[in-house]
Amino acid sequence: MTQTIDTKTVKHVAFLVRLGISEEEAQKFSGQFSSIIDYFNMLNEVDTENVPPASDIANAENVLREDVVIPSMSREEFLKNAPRSERGYVKVPTVLGDE
Amino acid sequence: MQLTNLTIREAHELLTTKKISSVELTQAMLDRIHDVDKKVKSYVTVTDDLALEQAKKADERIAKGENVTPLTGIPFSMKDCISTRDVRTTCSSKILENYVPQYNATVTNKLADSGAVLVGKTNMDEFGMGSSCENSALFPTHNPWDLERVPGGSSGGAAASMSASLCSFSIGEDTGGSVRMPAGFTNVTGIKPTYGRVSRYGLIALASSFDCIGPMTRDAYDCATVLEHIAGHDPHDSTTYNSPVPNYTANINKPVKGMKLGIPKEYFVAGMEAGVESAMQEAIRTYEKLGMEIHEVSLPHTKYGLPVYYLLLFAEASANLARMDGTRFGLSVSDGAKDVIDIYLKTRHEGFGDEVKRRIMLGAYALSAGYYDAYYLKAQKVRTLLRRDFETAFSKVDILLVPTCPTTAFKLGEKTSDPLEMYLSDIYVVSTNPAGVPALALPAGFSNNMPVGMQLIGKHLDESTLFQVAHAYQQVTDWHKQTPNL
Repeated sequence: MTQTIDTKTVKHVAFLVRLGISEEEAQKFSGQFSSIIDYFNMLNEVDTENVPPASDIANAENVLREDVVIPSMSREEFLKNAPRSERGYVKVPTVLGDE
Repeated sequence: MQLTNLTIREAHELLTTKKISSVELTQAMLDRIHDVDKKVKSYVTVTDDLALEQAKKADERIAKGENVTPLTGIPFSMKDCISTRDVRTTCSSKILENYVPQYNATVTNKLADSGAVLVGKTNMDEFGMGSSCENSALFPTHNPWDLERVPGGSSGGAAASMSASLCSFSIGEDTGGSVRMPAGFTNVTGIKPTYGRVSRYGLIALASSFDCIGPMTRDAYDCATVLEHIAGHDPHDSTTYNSPVPNYTANINKPVKGMKLGIPKEYFVAGMEAGVESAMQEAIRTYEKLGMEIHEVSLPHTKYGLPVYYLLLFAEASANLARMDGTRFGLSVSDGAKDVIDIYLKTRHEGFGDEVKRRIMLGAYALSAGYYDAYYLKAQKVRTLLRRDFETAFSKVDILLVPTCPTTAFKLGEKTSDPLEMYLSDIYVVSTNPAGVPALALPAGFSNNMPVGMQLIGKHLDESTLFQVAHAYQQVTDWHKQTPNL
């Protein structure tokens, strides 16, 4: 079974992961994705009836601690890496549209 | 005596008997890096000043005889996905090219506490996504054994820096073979510990349920020494084990006679390079001579390891890399952006390389409505079967032996045009990560003058046996002592 992933789907998933994408890139990825997904379809051969999905890998128990306040990075230190900041806050352009 | 070729314990002996100082050793390493790394290109950042400062402090510790550990004064390199305060940490990505963390990873702190000396950060496939180091957005690294060939990936810079004697040990990270595959390509010993044995705090995450930090060294003894210093419980990482870290070197000399070595038949199939196959047969004979019992075992779901690993990795990576959004740190492309989404779209388009784009998109695809059951959930179910395969095998034998890769190192550019073909080079290393079991890679000979690697796979938390069995092999062979001509 060959599954094609068309450029429309590629553009849709690119937007889901907030990735800008050109028409040219969408075409290139479409071909590559189809062959990769086709390879993954090999998993359909495996009988997984009554097999639980793996969920944990190491320690199966919950890890709890007291909810105590401890010193953390200062605001000034934190903002060293922020591309834009103002009055101690990270600054971003409009989040909600004004239309 | 060449200072740059010493094992950790040889250097430790010379340091503590005051025959050399850490400043001398560190300077020798830095000189060699500035001389040789022009060809190899294993380092993204060389920390000359910091290293000499740390070396001086180490010498003071040794002079006072206070708090001296086997790593005090020993120069090391670290993969550039592990956070180092005030030292640029790039993940070899454009998006983090100028990112300087404000805090240390737990592993960085532990090594600093032990007195080890950081000489630099090493190149990698961008965010760990690749098997050749060619996906570094900064530059490719070359294999010290043949500069036209790749060092493997994704810890290709770490492996090359170790192989070319540009550090005394290196810290790599293994999500699906990223320590072991390049170790095999460059004649280095390296371990992927049990998942949860080493803290991931401060490691820039690729796939959180697979990621394991592990040392790369000249031999198994050194590997055991370094793991002892970086392993252990960390309140900052709830997946770390609470159980105490064993003294891995204490029992390393115990004879392996009578132990059961399993050879999984699914790993020895057509497609393996003849020289790799014969090296494996030779290694099995060596273990037989050392008195181990050899048993054929079966890991029936081996061929599904690759699709399980890649599907789950894509899914986890697509979530983990969401934080690279151009608002709080890293590259930010805001020219003409009309809203915050626009910044995300532009920053990620410019900041990520093609392989990263492919993987996060495929991850979102595998997790999206309508495909979740067919891909993500299915892969998690087959992952359970992969884990059961190992449990069944370990009910019969103590340890497994397999190659690290079906071939030796390939040429730069040979596999870059076909992403799927590149994924297939990980066929022997990926299954251990979904299962969580530890695995150690070590040199097993040469094929057409290129190193061949083999892998020992052990039970959960049984790193001691891996070190013991690897050390036994290295007592009767000298592959691991071979170094490239540079």
